[in-house]
Amino acid sequence: MIRLHDIAHSRAGDKGNTSNISVIAYDTEGWEIIQQHLSIEVVKEAFVHITNGAVFRYELPKLQALNFVIEGALGGGVTRSLAQDPHGKSLSSLMLSITLMNK
Amino acid sequence: MKHTEFLRIGGGAGFSDDRIPPAVELAELGDIDYLVFECLAERTIAREQQTKLQNPSKGYTPRLQERMAAVLPACVAKHIRIVTNMGAANPESAANETRKLAKELGLGDVSCAVVTGDDVTELVRAHPELEIMENGLPVESLLPQMIASNAYLGADVIVKALETDAQIIITGRVADPSLFLAPMMHEFKWSYDDLERIAAGTVCGHLLECGAQVSGGNFADPGKKVVDRLSELGNPFADVAANGSFSISKVAGSGGLVSVATVKEQLLYELHDPSHYITPDCVLDVTDLELIQLAKDRVQVLSARGKPRTPSYKVTVGYDDGYIGEGQISYAGPNALERAKWGAQIVQDRLKQRGFSYSEFRVDYIGMSSLHGLPENKIEPYEVRLRLVVRTPSKTAAQAVGFECRALHLNGPTGAGGGIDPLVKSVLAVQSVLIPRHWIDSKIQIRKMGS
Repeated sequence: MIRLHDIAHSRAGDKGNTSNISVIAYDTEGWEIIQQHLSIEVVKEAFVHITNGAVFRYELPKLQALNFVIEGALGGGVTRSLAQDPHGKSLSSLMLSITLMNK
Repeated sequence: MKHTEFLRIGGGAGFSDDRIPPAVELAELGDIDYLVFECLAERTIAREQQTKLQNPSKGYTPRLQERMAAVLPACVAKHIRIVTNMGAANPESAANETRKLAKELGLGDVSCAVVTGDDVTELVRAHPELEIMENGLPVESLLPQMIASNAYLGADVIVKALETDAQIIITGRVADPSLFLAPMMHEFKWSYDDLERIAAGTVCGHLLECGAQVSGGNFADPGKKVVDRLSELGNPFADVAANGSFSISKVAGSGGLVSVATVKEQLLYELHDPSHYITPDCVLDVTDLELIQLAKDRVQVLSARGKPRTPSYKVTVGYDDGYIGEGQISYAGPNALERAKWGAQIVQDRLKQRGFSYSEFRVDYIGMSSLHGLPENKIEPYEVRLRLVVRTPSKTAAQAVGFECRALHLNGPTGAGGGIDPLVKSVLAVQSVLIPRHWIDSKIQIRKMGS
């Protein structure tokens, strides 16, 4: 069991009602783990109480990073959300709370 | 250019209320050629359009004078040109105020050039068929509540403003990276056919546009990601070569950190498909990017790629979206969560009894579930803060939630403390549409003030 926070760092950004959350490995070993195990399904499961929206996953092997785009994650959008954190800036911390089954 | 090998551009601000001293530090000690301020959030222009309707001489970023007063002395003394979108809904007034301020500070006649033409409110009103990008519906439904629509212009119009030789360029809505790309295009005579250079300049602008987010801000994690002296965080600058290669750094001695990791985080910030990031200047691809730590607090960026710009401008449509009302109150010690939950139910019952209904009603238990969802499966903390938030077209109904929440002090479960004054805010929401460039290109104007 590996917690994402131990092997990667993250930043969340907002566009309308969509959050994008990067997951950047600290080293090559960490990159291999997230590339292999941090799937769309795993992220969907972790965010299921936030949104049922579509999740897209982009790989950036040269930067050893993944970029997740999560639709519907910002309570209707930054400008109209009732949420305490309408930009979803704290969602990077939810991402890093994910625990991965490593082999 | 102050340097023979490169152009140095400083990132003076990442949002309208950003710290001011780091920009002064860049101007005084950074040896920069340009100082760029990005100060316009998505809905700000529409908000400022309302201000302008009430007072035709306002409508620019409210902190314009404070920011300009701080940096003008060093920028004038050191011949640093300023590029900014602080004009918001009224770039002309922003320029007048800036020139007036310069005279008051004894800096003489400081020339400004303003860019206008991003206001496409009437054009959008005339085209109800335009499709809302977020939901695919025609924009028609938003028109009765529309406050303002503004197009994200590109670097080309800022280049034209720079060609007037004005020291300060003030715009309304332009894409954030374009503010930084424009000085590069101007100084190095890049055209839109130089795709690799336009892409490099766009990445560079993207990295600088959020100020200290690339130089150690919104990054540190105690014991994990170490960053020194966040209270004295330095803002970034880029040294850009004529071939488009550039490095990101900050003023020596300032707090913060510029590392491959800080650059990666900012690179992916607000990016969706990393091979297809659309700006008015190009369609950017950062998947082949190379980042090299050249020295302490200096990272080189190579190999940006791009495709030609699209034939459209993205337009932000700002519209009145009713009211949000909010109340908060705290519970502590044994049974705190149960009492908070009961308090929430009581307020909802009271509002129903009074005949109010809401399109959305949100209940947060701060300390447990206000950021990431459900309180179940979490350990109950010593204290819980109840937060109740509603959406409604009625101001009275919005106010009621805060009053009913505060009334829990005397009328709810035992020991409710720290209720806030009821909060009500009118909501200015935004959606986006695309319009063909040729609809507005001929209407964009550059005007120089002063010599």
